[in-house]
Amino acid sequence: MAAPTMESTGSSTTPTQTITIAKGLNNALRNAMERDPKVLVMGEDVGKLGGVFRVTDGLQKDFGEHRVLDTPLAESGIIGTAIGLAMRGFRPVCEIQFDGFIFPGFDQIVSQLSKMHYRTQGKVKVPLVIRVPFGGGIGAVEHHSESPESLFAHVAGLKVVSCSNPVDAYWMLQQAIDSDDPVLFFEPKRRYWEKAELDPTAEHLPMISSAVLRTGSDVTVATYGPTVKTCMEAATAAEEDGNDVEVVDLRSLSPLDLGPVAESVRRTGRLVVVSESPPESSVTSEVATRIQQECFYSLEAPVLRVNGFDTPYPPSKLEEGYLPDLDRVLDAVDRSLAY
Amino acid sequence: MSPEHWTRPSRPDDRDRLADTAVPAATSATPTREQVIAGLRATSEGGADLVQLLTPEGQRVSHPDFDIDITDEQLRGMYRDMVLVRRADREGNALQRQGQLGIWVPLLGQEAAQIGAGRAMRPQDMAFPSYREHGVAWCRGIDPTELLGIFRGTDHGSWDPNETGMSLYTIVIGNQCVNATGYAMGQKFDGKVGNSGDDPASNEATMVFFGDGATSQGDVHEGMVWASVYDAPVVFFCQNNQWAISEPTERQSRVPLYERAKGYGFPGIRVDGNDVLASLAVSQWAMNEARQGNGPLLIEAFTYRMDAHTTSDDATRYRLDDELEAWKLKDPIERLRAHLLREEIADQEFFDGVDSEADELAARFREFCVNMPEPPPERMFSAVYAEESPVVAAQREDYLNYLAGFADSGHDTEGSVR
Repeated sequence: MAAPTMESTGSSTTPTQTITIAKGLNNALRNAMERDPKVLVMGEDVGKLGGVFRVTDGLQKDFGEHRVLDTPLAESGIIGTAIGLAMRGFRPVCEIQFDGFIFPGFDQIVSQLSKMHYRTQGKVKVPLVIRVPFGGGIGAVEHHSESPESLFAHVAGLKVVSCSNPVDAYWMLQQAIDSDDPVLFFEPKRRYWEKAELDPTAEHLPMISSAVLRTGSDVTVATYGPTVKTCMEAATAAEEDGNDVEVVDLRSLSPLDLGPVAESVRRTGRLVVVSESPPESSVTSEVATRIQQECFYSLEAPVLRVNGFDTPYPPSKLEEGYLPDLDRVLDAVDRSLAY
Repeated sequence: MSPEHWTRPSRPDDRDRLADTAVPAATSATPTREQVIAGLRATSEGGADLVQLLTPEGQRVSHPDFDIDITDEQLRGMYRDMVLVRRADREGNALQRQGQLGIWVPLLGQEAAQIGAGRAMRPQDMAFPSYREHGVAWCRGIDPTELLGIFRGTDHGSWDPNETGMSLYTIVIGNQCVNATGYAMGQKFDGKVGNSGDDPASNEATMVFFGDGATSQGDVHEGMVWASVYDAPVVFFCQNNQWAISEPTERQSRVPLYERAKGYGFPGIRVDGNDVLASLAVSQWAMNEARQGNGPLLIEAFTYRMDAHTTSDDATRYRLDDELEAWKLKDPIERLRAHLLREEIADQEFFDGVDSEADELAARFREFCVNMPEPPPERMFSAVYAEESPVVAAQREDYLNYLAGFADSGHDTEGSVR
């Protein structure tokens, strides 16, 4: 797979600033709406309230009720009407309030959104973005902490991506809005307030690409979304044991860009794949399968995975055990090295 | 009274009636600030069709269609119900603020709607709640302490739906409406509806609770469609508390919600949700109709969410204090208290007794909360399937072995496994 090329914008003169993921997403929406009057934001509480995570804060005030729609409370309606709007030439960005609330809209996503381009053989495009705050670790009640991304990665016709930091949040959301394909955009909700420096004039990666965030020679760890930070911390901790861990942020889950992962595994001979979702038939299964196919002769150990479990998301007092943490990642790194 | 009263295609006076009601059609997306201030949202006025038996001042009034024979004992009992559930609710809020709960979903202001509905249910009836139904739970005999696990994160609901006649709280908006309809269909298929023989008291019905926001969900529509074509003995009890987080009811409907029932072909009644007597009267009537085979029915309890959506929400971002102040004058507990005093149904000794009972409940609630045991790690894997899954069993074993490794190495397991 070809190495991703860097893209450059350079149109903005905004200086480098420290922003959170939430602010990066907010700025991305604002830029997209300023650039293209066809970009709409729609969802529950996205207007006056600015979204329950404040990602759409201030947008309705500045762009009006006809571009930032506080919709009736129905996800099938949000996504279904957004499909119609997209067919009419708009570029809707839907917010699903929490991961576990997307399923009333699942039918529209699977039956209509994913297939429209194929059925019409490209005569109708559906440039729709569905933003989904996902993942656990916030001590919430049921349906607020799930990682359903694999369900969507399984559906042909959808692009599925996840940002892990403010810079990616800023660029990837704009790229998703620019895409003529429907994009499921998974946002790591427990990392919304993580900060980083953003230089809006800097080069950035295309949306469909993975990125090596930390180089290392002993073990490769591939992950995405909220567990990127966990794995970076694990890599730092592994240094104390003399282990040099390379961390790849997958960023795009469908299609996967496994070139950088394969290149890394050819050097390290070992791979640990990490995500919060249940392991069976998941994105991590797909990564493991394809890397063992592609790098069979380079592997020194079986590909290992660290995931949630194949249970419903547990009561929040148990979620620290459910979520891959630093210790479980290090344990897998050690097991891989000891193999 | 016959349900046909509401389901006739059109009454001659409908046009006038609707004009008189003057409930705004809410054709504009969001009321302006000025409209809200002027009361044009009409959140504090339920319109001409509102069923009310107690005025906000606590005066008993009559209604041509709904009346109720009620003993002084029952009235005092409902006052006690409301005071106790409000006290538990306020304590839940406080416990969240003190870090003892992850979140709390306030009931404040909706006590009358829920106690009236809950007290209209019999033990063999079934309730399908949303997640704010602490008052209904109380009426089903579920102690407030049994709600705490959901909000402290130790379980997903601790009561037994079969024993209590109440399903677990449902968090995905509107989901329970189709489930309730299916349950009610089952009651009918089992021959528990419309019996007039030796024991008509064995007839059953189902009551499902949801909010104004939920009425937009497909599941609610589908529940109503199913219920109507199968004549299911289900009462749809919609608490219109005026706000779906930040969105006013106008974001969900152009017509008053109770009028939607007509489109499905069953009765829809708007009741003053801050009037426990009216809520009880209409709910009793509706449940009896359903038990006799005249279901389904829709009740819109017109009420107000006096606190934020949850403890995570800041209602000052989207609504004005004036609206809250207007509704404070309609407080459900004060209304009944005024009535009890006015009619000399209760004396100061009674009110003091209820207050001290509330104090005791609050203390017990707190004590229970802070002493709740942490669920053991194996709880994560328990009862995923009726037949044990080899996948889950293997993951449980691996995980427990992994934890045991920390114990072997002398680490504190609780501290190490985050």
